[in-house]
Amino acid sequence: MEKFLARLLLAALLVLIYIVWTGSTDGSDVAVMSAAALLVSAFFSKSRRMPRITPVKVAWSIAYVFYLFVAIIKANFDVASRIVRRKIPLNPGIVSVRTRLTSPLGRIVLANSITLTPGTLSVEMKGDILYVHWIDVATTDREEATEEIVAGFEKYLEVIFG
Amino acid sequence: MEILKIAGALVTLVGSLFLFLGAVGIVRMPDLYNRMQAGTKATTLGTILTLLGVGIYHPAWLGRMLLLVIFVAITNPISSHALARAAHFAGLKLTKGSVCDTLADDEEGDDA
Repeated sequence: MEKFLARLLLAALLVLIYIVWTGSTDGSDVAVMSAAALLVSAFFSKSRRMPRITPVKVAWSIAYVFYLFVAIIKANFDVASRIVRRKIPLNPGIVSVRTRLTSPLGRIVLANSITLTPGTLSVEMKGDILYVHWIDVATTDREEATEEIVAGFEKYLEVIFG
Repeated sequence: MEILKIAGALVTLVGSLFLFLGAVGIVRMPDLYNRMQAGTKATTLGTILTLLGVGIYHPAWLGRMLLLVIFVAITNPISSHALARAAHFAGLKLTKGSVCDTLADDEEGDDA
């Protein structure tokens, strides 16, 4: 039953994206797309174990999007201000950090978030160790780097993908 | 409606400024990893602002532009991660003056 609901939710999301994209609410268009969306969701949600959706997780997800957006803006000003200096201030290196997240989806989101935030770029992940290129290395110690780069995101992601 | 057009044009202008800075960064940075930093950071906000600006200019397109923003926010870090990872495994060294390369160190440890 829950699986069926998850598929229905995926199909509804696909239809919504289609309607926004085409700007058409014409009955026959939506009917065709609904059929296609159901077909797609029937095939593609089979192998995925979707994380359970609860109101708490939704609230944290929304908070996370805002947190990430602020981080993106900071990252852009940070890098842009480095670029316009006469001599680019650089202190680069690759450091390793450890993540407590266990779900693959959570780790993907974490790695992408790290790439989007100030001066850090994820290069490789082995087990729970994430290698990050850091434009301005403050510490090479794994624990301290983890605190600096990952901790802010993990707080949210642990609840969302927990 | 005039005010919407002016606001949209301004937002797009700021966005294109960030895109320009990203391009300058790609030329000025010393090695690939730092270039990827410029190529992802400055362009994420640049693309987002440019799209939002168009959305404000043409309110009917706003939904579409928001969808594009989500796609950019998801695909941008993935592509830069893939490039950085490929470069590291192709043996590209970090620029002189880099502090540390833990990944290379750990890999040597694995071989030994």
